[in-house]
Amino acid sequence: MEKLIEQFSFGLFFWQLLLFVALLFLLRKYAWKPILGAVEKREEGIKGALEAAEAAKKEMQNVTADSERLLQEARAERDALLKEARDIKASIISEAKEQAQVEGNKMIKQAQATIESEKKAAVADIKAQVASLSLEIAEKVIKEELSEKGKQQKLVEDMLGDIKLN
Amino acid sequence: MRYSFFSKKLVAVIFLIAGFVSAQNHEGEEVETGAHDLKTQIKEYIDHHLLDSYDFNLYSYTTDEGEHKYIGFPLPVILWDNGLKVFSSSQFEHGEAVAEVDGNHYALYHNKIYKTDAEGTINFGGHHGDETHTEDAFGEDLVVDDAHPTNEKPLDFSITKNVVFIMAVALLMFLVFRSMAKRYQKSTMPRGVGRFLEPLVLFVRDEIAIPNIGEHKYKKYMSYLLTVFFFVWVINLLGLTPLGVNVTNNIAVTFALAMITYLITTFTGNKNYWKHIFWMPGVPVPMKIILAPIELLGTFIKPFSLMIRLYANITAGHVVLMSIIGLMFIFKNWIGSPLSFLLAFALSLLELLVAALQAYIFTMLSALYFGMAVEEDHH
Repeated sequence: MEKLIEQFSFGLFFWQLLLFVALLFLLRKYAWKPILGAVEKREEGIKGALEAAEAAKKEMQNVTADSERLLQEARAERDALLKEARDIKASIISEAKEQAQVEGNKMIKQAQATIESEKKAAVADIKAQVASLSLEIAEKVIKEELSEKGKQQKLVEDMLGDIKLN
Repeated sequence: MRYSFFSKKLVAVIFLIAGFVSAQNHEGEEVETGAHDLKTQIKEYIDHHLLDSYDFNLYSYTTDEGEHKYIGFPLPVILWDNGLKVFSSSQFEHGEAVAEVDGNHYALYHNKIYKTDAEGTINFGGHHGDETHTEDAFGEDLVVDDAHPTNEKPLDFSITKNVVFIMAVALLMFLVFRSMAKRYQKSTMPRGVGRFLEPLVLFVRDEIAIPNIGEHKYKKYMSYLLTVFFFVWVINLLGLTPLGVNVTNNIAVTFALAMITYLITTFTGNKNYWKHIFWMPGVPVPMKIILAPIELLGTFIKPFSLMIRLYANITAGHVVLMSIIGLMFIFKNWIGSPLSFLLAFALSLLELLVAALQAYIFTMLSALYFGMAVEEDHH
């Protein structure tokens, strides 16, 4: 230790300190700052480029996925349209059938009603004819029978007993 | 400290081998003393190598006439001794002459500058004896090796070899990183030297700063962490070159670096940091009182350990490496030299790792201390 202290040269210490500090400041200004700055800039550039590439890749994936999705959608839409058309067709047919049925039924009912009314009219007509016939008969009977009182009476009674409407 | 353990083992192995080889050399007295002298010489050389120097020598040799020749160039010596004194270190003639400036005389003794008289007399105080011993500055008498000279030491701001290298590394780092930064203005992709350096910069950011300090606060510490990481690493690596400049094995250098870490930690510490030091939450009051001085001491110990770790690792590496190289000159036989070459080679590789590892550890621990200073209250 004593030897070390003895060996210590103040002059060398002075020059070392002076030159080193000068070197430190010169290098800091003219070398380290530009070098580290450039390196950092480059690293940031590389990082930015990588990020951009990654983003582009993602974008690309998105686009592909989009087109795929659109295709799928179109396909689904087509299928839906076809299905709808089929459904409409079926419903139209069934509706038509139904309507035809209804119409048929209606026509049948109308026919029946007509028949009924015709029948009624016929019956009424028959009744009228029967009535007129009866009147004619009655007239004849009256004309014939009214000559003899007892016979007239008996005839009317018999005839009335014969008449059975329908 | 796995590394120092490893180097201890290595040294032990080397000494075993050395013992074996020198046992073979037990031929006569002459060889023994010759080897001993050589060992002393190598030890001195290593000691010298670890020290800073006032001139820039690539190598030296001794001519046949016994004259020392040095290849290199002198550096300026700057002293503050009642006024600024600037002169060339060549005046010392590698410690063999007294330099004279404005009527003041200076001499080198153990690689330190002392103020002397015209003859370069070094006085030794009675540090471990009652009589005052006097020795010539370049005398051969080494009896008082561990005594301290009592000569006045002028304040020394010399541009030494280490300072030259600190300047060189600072300049190199500035130019390299400046050019790297300029390239980024054209495109944010790294080009040229940036391709190699950017991963290191990112390593400091992603592996050191962010995990230790946190994602939101790391930015203001990045400049210091990057600078200290590259500075320590580059200067450690330069220490491994044949130029043999060891900047980080000077305690003054590691002290300066650790001091900056300490100052940054202290001045950026938030309320929570200081609360944990002076009034530790969650413990009884007597414990708080006991813990406060310990924690306060801890704030100094942390950078102190940074200082010692870097210094000791690099110094140890150099000592071991040079010792192994030195063994070549001691063995002088067919088994020793290749072996020490191989060991030196292996160790050099290890030192390359240590150079980077110590830079990493220093940065990592600094980041850890900064992280402690800005940590938010979690209670």
